[in-house]
Formats: sequence, structure tokens, C-alpha cells
Amino acid sequence: MSKRVVVDPITRIEGHLRVEVEVDENNVITDAWTASTLWRGIETIMKGRTPMDAGLLVQRICGVCTFSHYRAGIEAVEDALDVKIPKNAELLRTLMQQALYMHDHVVHFYHLHALDWVDVVSALSADPAKAAQVAMKYTDKPIAAGEGDLRATQERVAKLVSTGKLGPFANAYWGNQTYKLSPEQNLIAVSHYLKALEVQRVAAEMMAIFGGKMPHPQSLVVGGVTSVRDMLSPARLQEFKHKHGIVTDFINRAYVPDVVMAAEAFKSEGSVLGGVGVKNFLATQDFALGNGKYLFEGGVIMNGDLANIQPIDPNAIKEDVTHSWYDANDAQHPYDGTTDPNYTGMIKRDTVYGELPTLDEKGKYSWVKSPRYNGEPVEVGPLACLLVNYGKGNKAVVDAVNGLLELTGLPIEALFTTLGRTAGRLLQTKLVADSVDETLNALITNLLADEATYVEPVMDPSKEYKGHSMIEAPRGMLSHWVRIKNGVVENYQAVVPTTWNSGPMDAAGKKGPYELSLIGMKLEDPTKPLEVIRVIHSFDPCMACAVHVMDFKGTDLGEYTIKAGA
Amino acid sequence: MAKYDALMATCRTRIDELKAQAPLKEKSLDTRMEQDGVSRRDFMKWSATTAAALGLPLQFAPMVAEAAEIADRVPLIWLHLAECTGCSESLIRADTPSIDALIFDHVSLEYHETLMAAAGWQAEENLEHAMTAYKGQYILAVEGAVPTANDGQFLTVGCKGHTGLHIIEEAAAGAAAIVSVGTCAAFGGVQAAAPNPTEAKGVEEVIHQPVVNLGGCPPSEKNIVGTVMYFIMFGRLPALDMFGRPKWAYGARVHDNCERRGRFDAGEFVETFGDQGAKDGYCLYKVGCKGPYTYNNCPTERFNHHVSWPVLAGHGCIGCSEPNFWDSMADFEKPLGRRELHSLDMTADKIGGAILGLSALGLGAHAVASVVVTKKEEASK
Repeated sequence: MSKRVVVDPITRIEGHLRVEVEVDENNVITDAWTASTLWRGIETIMKGRTPMDAGLLVQRICGVCTFSHYRAGIEAVEDALDVKIPKNAELLRTLMQQALYMHDHVVHFYHLHALDWVDVVSALSADPAKAAQVAMKYTDKPIAAGEGDLRATQERVAKLVSTGKLGPFANAYWGNQTYKLSPEQNLIAVSHYLKALEVQRVAAEMMAIFGGKMPHPQSLVVGGVTSVRDMLSPARLQEFKHKHGIVTDFINRAYVPDVVMAAEAFKSEGSVLGGVGVKNFLATQDFALGNGKYLFEGGVIMNGDLANIQPIDPNAIKEDVTHSWYDANDAQHPYDGTTDPNYTGMIKRDTVYGELPTLDEKGKYSWVKSPRYNGEPVEVGPLACLLVNYGKGNKAVVDAVNGLLELTGLPIEALFTTLGRTAGRLLQTKLVADSVDETLNALITNLLADEATYVEPVMDPSKEYKGHSMIEAPRGMLSHWVRIKNGVVENYQAVVPTTWNSGPMDAAGKKGPYELSLIGMKLEDPTKPLEVIRVIHSFDPCMACAVHVMDFKGTDLGEYTIKAGA
Repeated sequence: MAKYDALMATCRTRIDELKAQAPLKEKSLDTRMEQDGVSRRDFMKWSATTAAALGLPLQFAPMVAEAAEIADRVPLIWLHLAECTGCSESLIRADTPSIDALIFDHVSLEYHETLMAAAGWQAEENLEHAMTAYKGQYILAVEGAVPTANDGQFLTVGCKGHTGLHIIEEAAAGAAAIVSVGTCAAFGGVQAAAPNPTEAKGVEEVIHQPVVNLGGCPPSEKNIVGTVMYFIMFGRLPALDMFGRPKWAYGARVHDNCERRGRFDAGEFVETFGDQGAKDGYCLYKVGCKGPYTYNNCPTERFNHHVSWPVLAGHGCIGCSEPNFWDSMADFEKPLGRRELHSLDMTADKIGGAILGLSALGLGAHAVASVVVTKKEEASK
């Protein structure tokens, strides 16, 4: 007899996410549903405001990928007003984006994802001297993994445990049989968890140098950037370079070895071998490095066919709300969408925890819409970015992917798994970190002849404008779309990475990446669904971003035509 | 806002007095400067008193160690409502003390969805356990606004499907202190901006207990940790301003401590973002800086381990620590025109400065905002 398992809140993510799965008598997941349980209204709030404020306001969609929405909002308006920003501004934005990735991915791996792989309690029984030897196996220069460091970490955790109050580590799934690291490996990882708390501060400081602060930096404007004094200061550039060195060092001496260590330990664990149910991937070109070069190229992969990668056709994007808490009859292009909230609530039924309100899978069950590309669900994110670039033969990406496969002894099929998604995020972090020097050098060279940072935008209130941006955010392809009329925003839409990944079923019953990734996985104990959160975390959920925000009054947002060649 | 009724009544009286004043634009620049000078002395006196009373944040580092001995591991419950997690991201940037010291040595972080290991049913158990076991003892920190439309059903959290509204009411009832972290929890924030489709509100508006409001989008890590540390150190919450913000952090205007203040006084302004003035660090008032209307310690504390703050990065302050700033201070890259701000009629301060020189225009704004500070201080005595 099947049983319903409810997981809410999914913790260690941005926002509010609920996952429900059905398991059979062998505890194998037979069906899965995921839902966002918060709706805020940002796009509605954008209407009637000056487009110059769009970036600042839509940035508040998310405080994690905090720079991504800011930039996308600014660049959508720049596209609408046909503003071409100076090269310095473009490069400065790339530097900020590089800092964001280095920050966001490190925080995700260590503070949001690692506790799915690392048993903190097990670290208490480790031998620190032996653990220091183990660390040497994965890198000849381990960071925060000498015997002294490890002993100090262990004592700190022991002190916490001895008080009887585990604080943020309380009541987790410690001891679950699907934790595969040895006590010594767990201790190394816990030490890195603490070290990463320090390092992420430094990465955030990188962003703050040119952004003023992080989260919610404040140095982009329609037409360019404002941190001109920081850009012109050799001391500031050096500060950026110095902090970059600290973070890169951690990536090379902790993040890379830890992923290799996890890959080795978990390569026979069922919950990390599956996890890619949708073999369609979407990623866009991004990280301008000057001279028309980009770190990553864009494209679409359908049915896992890496040999036949197509350019993105924005007209192929439609959104379905059959199972979302909105009214609509057919799948619609994002700009033709009717936006009538229709919260139908949950239904009570028996679960492994007794009777609870549960998602109504036959009706509507999430605030997330279901974007489809030519009618098919797709996955976006670091893995999609790497697969697209691997398929297109981007040399840096091909070398990085092949290098990791060699290091771990895994076949290329291992990329299409939960582990692959986690490893893909690591490789993307490393590729981004390694491209910072090139960006800085391009900026310094350009500054010899050109100090421009800003082009004043011209907006004629009697004209109508429309434009969009399509960029890569840490969680995948992000696009913002704006229409301007009478000098104010008439319509604003964001199509967001986590929406692509976390949307509910569509009218045809096709499920998105989150839901399909769970089906077929066996749970050790359905009342302690560690495997579920391990898989879901590998997508790095960001729910505030994911929820499309509609007009509560149900106003028709009107038609929108994508510009040719967009 | 019942606890501020007397304060607001006093403020109302003062505003009415201001409204009754003859328009300043008909006075000479010297008169305006004189008025400015007087207000400034009042302000400086007020600042000194506040600083001496608290000694935060510069001196709180050694006090933390002392406090830790007597108030080790204060339970902290941190709730996420309608939010973007930016405040939690700010929290993990903390370096005085660092977040790991905070977790391991100072507070017991019983519930924090972004950081906690437990998930789902077990996470909800942690919350229920903490609320019961530490009833009357815990600090409740709230990130995000409370959606109230449709009986609060624009937000549900947990296996039991409780609304954010239900959860905040329940958690607040047993809290020793409540801290609204960030402008969303304090004042409704971005989702409460017009037309506020979810009828989002600040925590203070839906419960009937005192709340400390840490304005800011997000507040700096120092203001979050400083407030928590203050409670640990003194077992009570700090003195607050008229919007419920700790005076030690929000007692001074951004404008008064701004590194570009000298440029403002000299009448040197950035005219457009990329101009020579921008390269020379001129004042950003003309490209929209809301520093004269904003109370926060950004210029002195900066963000991210003192690395920078928006004005240093060449963008004007957007007033993010003030109630309703998304509506009252937009559009953000233009000087604030004639309009009501915090119920204070800006016509009284000659903001409509088309006739005046820009410097005088800014001084007018400065003068009126100073009057508000003075009034707040008097009212809180």
C-alpha cells in the first residue's frame, strides 16, 4: 500500500518549498509533487514605476542570487531603450557576477548542501591524526585539515553536543545509512563547513568592492555602472585580486577535493546515481570577457543529444498553469499569460506522520508556473550550462569536465545524476574563478585609453518600448521582460531558473525536473527522507525567484511580441 | 503602534508647527544656514548621549565575551515569512562576532530555515520544541513581511500547512524579545509597496507586543548581530527611535556622517553618473541620494567588513531603512521632490528648489530632517 511523505519546509534553501512523495511497500518513490507556498507580487508592484527603478526593485526578488535580478532588470531596460553600455561597465558587471558565483556556489555546497552528505555527529568519533592523513589523499595542500585544525573542530562540535543543545544541527537525519563518508572524512568536511563560513565573507567582500554591499549591491544603473572611483583605483583592483586569491585557494584546496571525496564515497549510493529525469537542458551565453568573448556559450539540448545543440528560440517558451494556483486554459507565452490567482488550498489525507493537509495533485498545488520549451520541460542550472558548452566543444569546459571524470574515475553518464549536478556546480565555480584574471586584465588594458562607465539613456515618454535580458544566474538561465509605455513600466515579467526546474505538472501530465528526479528512488526511512532533500538540494532551490508574480486582480497583461532575433 | 502614541502626538505637534512656518525659500541663505546650525548642535548632543549610553557597536566586542559567561546560549528562533533571504545572507556575513561564534558560543540557534540541518517534519518539531521549552526566554527574529490577504494563505509553512500569520502570532506569544530583521519584517517592505497585492504587513502591525525594527534592505550584519548581542549583554532591548529602530544604529542620518558631506556643503554635485564629478567623489544628491532623509549607520559602519557602502560605490542612498521607502522615495535616481514623507510635509523645508540653488535645496531638506531628530529625542525622554 502506498504511503504519502510530506517534507515541508525544505530547509537550507531560499524561500518556501514543499515536497510530497508517494512510496510503495518497498519505500520506492512512485510519484512526487513539489510546491512553492509563498506568493509576493513583485511584478505587479513594478507596474507604473519608472523603468530606471526596475533593477533596484526586482533585485528584491532574491537576496541570494542578489546581483542576478538586479543586472537582468537593468539590462532588460537597456535593451528596451537600445542603450549600449561602455566596455568598462560591461567588464565591471562581469567581475561582480564572477564574485557572486564564487560566493553563491561555495555557500550552496558547504552550508546548504553539505549536511546532506556529511554526518556531523559521526565526525565526533574520528581520529584527527588519521583524518589529516586522509585529507592528503585528495590534495597535497589541504586547507583547514591539518591535525590541529581538525582537533579544534572536533572539540568545538563536542562542546556543542555536550550541552545537550545541538542548535542548528538538532534533530537532523544523523546516522542515516545513506551517509557514506567515514568519520575522518566527515570531520574534514565539518572543518571545511566552518572555514567556508569565513571564506564566503571574503567572497561577499569581492562583490562589495564594486557593488557597494552584498546582498543587494547598489552600483548598477540603466546605462552603466556607478562605482567609477573603485574601478579607477589601483588599490581597489588589487583588493579585489587579493580576495579573489583567498577564495580561489579555498576552491582549489577544499571545494575540489571535497567533491572528489564525496564522489568516491557516494558513487554506489542510489539517491545520487539518479536524479536527472528530464534530459532537456537550456543555458544562455554569459560572462562577457571583453572583445566579444564569453566564458559560456548558450543553447538547447533536447533528449540528451549533446551532438545537436540548437540556439535558443524565445518564442518556443510557454507557461502552463494547469496545476498552479492561477486560472488559465492553455499553455501561454509568458507575455500572453492571464494572471488570475486561484488558491484552492490543500486536502487532508493520511501520511506517514498522520493526517495532514496535502497537495491536491488532481487539481492545483503550487504557486510556481510550469515553463515549457516547445512543450517540453527542461532543466537549467550549472549542469545545463556545462552540458551545453561540453556539447559545443568549449575548450575550457571540455577540459574541466574531462579532468574531473578522470580524477573520480566516473563515466560521462555520471553527469546525468544528482552527483553530476553537484559536481557541475563545482566545475562552473572553478571556471568562473579562473576567468577573473582575464577579466581584470581586460579592464586594466581598456582603462589605459577609456574611462567611460556610463551612457545616459534617452526615454521619450510618447514612445513605447519593449526589451528583455537573458543571462545566467547561479541557478540557471534567467530572463526578464519589460514593456514601457508613457515613460513607466506597463508590464514586467521574470522567467526564472527555479521556475523551470520546480514547476508542477502541465496539462499533458508532464512533470518538471524536481518531480521527475525523485521518482524511482528508494528511501531508507520514509519518516526521515534524507534522500529527498539530497536530490532537491542538488538543484539549489530558490523559491522566491521561482514564483511568477501576477496581478491579483486578474487583469489581462496583454500581448507581447518577442523581438526578432532575440 | 500603541507604544508610540505619545511620541507620535508630540511629533504631530511639531509637524504642525513646521507647517505653520513661513516658507523658507523667502529667507536668505544665511538664515537657512543659521537654522541648520542650531539643529545640528541639537543633533550632535543627541548623538553623543546615545553613543555614551550604549557604546555600540565599537565597544561591544569585549562586552560580548563578558556577557557570554553570564548569558551563554540564548535561544534564538528565526522565522522566514514573505522574504528573499537577503537578511539571512547579511547575517552570515557577520564578523563581530562571526556567525560561527554566534552559533557555537553565544546563542542557540534553534530554528533558522536557511542554516538548520533538520528539514520537514523534524524542522517543525524543532520549532515547536523551542517555543515550548524556552517559553518566555527566546529571542524571536523575523525575516520577511506577513501576508494578510486571503486569511494569510499567500504563505504557508510546514507539514501542517499553517499560514505565516498563524506562525508569527504563535511564536510571538512566547518570545522574550521580538526583532523584525529588515524592512520587510519591520514595515512590510517590497511586497507591501503599492498596490500591495498580498496585503503584506510588518510584524508590529499584526501582533500586540513590542518589536525592535531593524530597517534596511538588508540591514547590515552589524545591526542584526549588534541587536541580538545587546539582548544577550543586557537582557533587554536597546532604546528605540520613533519607528522602533535601535538608536545606536539608526540614531543618525546617513547624510550627517556621509563621506561626501563636504562636497555637499561646498555645492559640488555629480550631475550625471559618469561625469568628472563622479570620478572626483562629488555629492550624489542630484542623482537621487536619499541620505538626508534616511537614518542608519551605513556611512560609519559600511557593509561587508567595512569594505564599502552604496554611496562609496557612487550610487545614492535609496532610503531602504525607512518605512514605505519604495513608494515615498521613488524614483531613486532623482532628487526627492515636494511630497509628504513620514507625515512630514516637505513643502515646509523648501524642497521645491527650482528657484533655489541646489545646495540650498539640499540644506533645506537637511534642516527639516534635523528637526525631526531633535523632536524624537525629546519625546523619548
